[in-house]
Amino acid sequence: MSAPRTIATVAVSVFRESVRDKVLYNLVAFAVLLMAASYLIGQLTAGQDIKIIKDLGLAAIATFGLMIAVFIGIGLVWKEVERRSIYSLLTKPLSRGEFILGKYCGLGLTLAVNMAVMVVAWYAVLAYMGASVSAEVRASWGAPATDLGMLRAVGLILVELMLVTAIALFFSTFSSPFLSAGMTLGLWVIGHFNADLKNFESVVDSRAAAWLAHGLYYVLPNFSAFDIKQQVVYAQPIPAGYLATTALYGGVYIALLLVASVAVFSRRDFK
Amino acid sequence: MRRALTPVLLVLLMASAVGLQAMRERGGELPAGQAELLYVRSPEALRRMSLSYHSLLADVYWIRAVQLYGDTKLGRTADRSYALLYPLLDLTTSLDPNFDVAYQFGALFLAERPPAGPGRPDQAVALLQKGLRAQPDDWQLHQAIGFVYYWSYQDYATAADWFRRGSRLTGAPTWLGPLAAVTLAEGGNRTASRLMWQQVLQTASDDWFRNEADRRLKQLDAMEQLDLLTRVVAAFEAGQGRPPANWEELTRAGYLRGTVADPTGAPYRLKGGDVSLDPRSTLLPLPKEQGSRP
Repeated sequence: MSAPRTIATVAVSVFRESVRDKVLYNLVAFAVLLMAASYLIGQLTAGQDIKIIKDLGLAAIATFGLMIAVFIGIGLVWKEVERRSIYSLLTKPLSRGEFILGKYCGLGLTLAVNMAVMVVAWYAVLAYMGASVSAEVRASWGAPATDLGMLRAVGLILVELMLVTAIALFFSTFSSPFLSAGMTLGLWVIGHFNADLKNFESVVDSRAAAWLAHGLYYVLPNFSAFDIKQQVVYAQPIPAGYLATTALYGGVYIALLLVASVAVFSRRDFK
Repeated sequence: MRRALTPVLLVLLMASAVGLQAMRERGGELPAGQAELLYVRSPEALRRMSLSYHSLLADVYWIRAVQLYGDTKLGRTADRSYALLYPLLDLTTSLDPNFDVAYQFGALFLAERPPAGPGRPDQAVALLQKGLRAQPDDWQLHQAIGFVYYWSYQDYATAADWFRRGSRLTGAPTWLGPLAAVTLAEGGNRTASRLMWQQVLQTASDDWFRNEADRRLKQLDAMEQLDLLTRVVAAFEAGQGRPPANWEELTRAGYLRGTVADPTGAPYRLKGGDVSLDPRSTLLPLPKEQGSRP
């Protein structure tokens, strides 16, 4: 079997396993959350229901995805080792690199399907809310309820989650699930403070510390760059160059982590 | 046997929990707890802590601000000072600087006179000025600042200046320029106020604003009616040498026809010759007018 086909086979089996593990049940939680919120928000606040549902939908898509990426990502390799199924897998015509890439693509597929369903449900709720108000109210909104421009934020959330998955997978190749989850979530949090690392010289006197922080700014994954949720909700212009550079940055970082994961996993001794 | 017992046990336990809940409720409520707290007051700290969830957290703080305003206004809170209103609005707009409604509604809430609001037009202007730093070309924020100067400070020259500046911005409605002129020429009179709220009623995109404009117009109607009723009472007093004891006496004497109720349906009060709104009327407090008694 060719390498791409082998990777695809592993990926499909990861996707099937996640369906068996009832990972997609979170979609029900998402739908219930959005429908309940769309009803309750109107009772709780003065106006802005549509903005709140947009914010809530994007935040929920990102959060549900993050939970899946971290907590399934950390178990991708560890579960095979724990169940000792890795021994039989490695006797098959399957390289360690193909195994890692297949696992990664499988979780990526799970995330993509999951997000696609959430986005459809979210747009359905927004369409319903948009249809339930008068034309004058709709005309006063800065952007239509079902503004397709919001998909740009969804796209960058997917890239961000794929990066989180790559980090989780990398840690899972050599660490326990508990540590992997901690380190992945830790990097995700640090990645949102990157701007502070860049401007560290404004808070410390030490040049060495400032240089170190500056170096970390470039080395650590910059997750804040993927966050354009606020801009798309207000339909603010986002340069195509920014989207392309950020998506490419995510892709390069993912490639780096996958190469590192394959390298670490290939050297791992299972005897 | 054991299998059959489980559902029975579950039902029994559930019924016990419901029963205990009802029993506790019958025992009365505990005294009201501590007033609402705001653990994080620094917008910068909160912005950092919210990671990539700025907008969602802004929504949460906005809902808290609306709930606090509503609950305090309706007397559901122990603290009637609205002390947390500005900090909540400040946090909301720091997390989401484009949150237009938080600036506009927030300013209305803050400027409202006690007991319907904290009576802090200074904070209302500060909040709107903060909005202008984020969106300098927003005509609605200019209009809102003009409103605060008009209603809360009765500073018609400054109000007119804000309306005029707003009217020059892209997207401003055509009536904002004339409103500036009317405010400058006739600021403080009811015609100018009526014109302002009629425009808001016609152009408001939100139920809350529409209802507020409707309430303000009803207040103006009530003020006109109060003036008329005061003149009627004065006429009765001039003829009879004493104030009327009640509305029925005025009706019997032919000064009035029908019932005397404000635009919300609440009856006007007549006491010692003074006519006023019913203390339960939702139109209270009436706006202050130039040269009016405090």
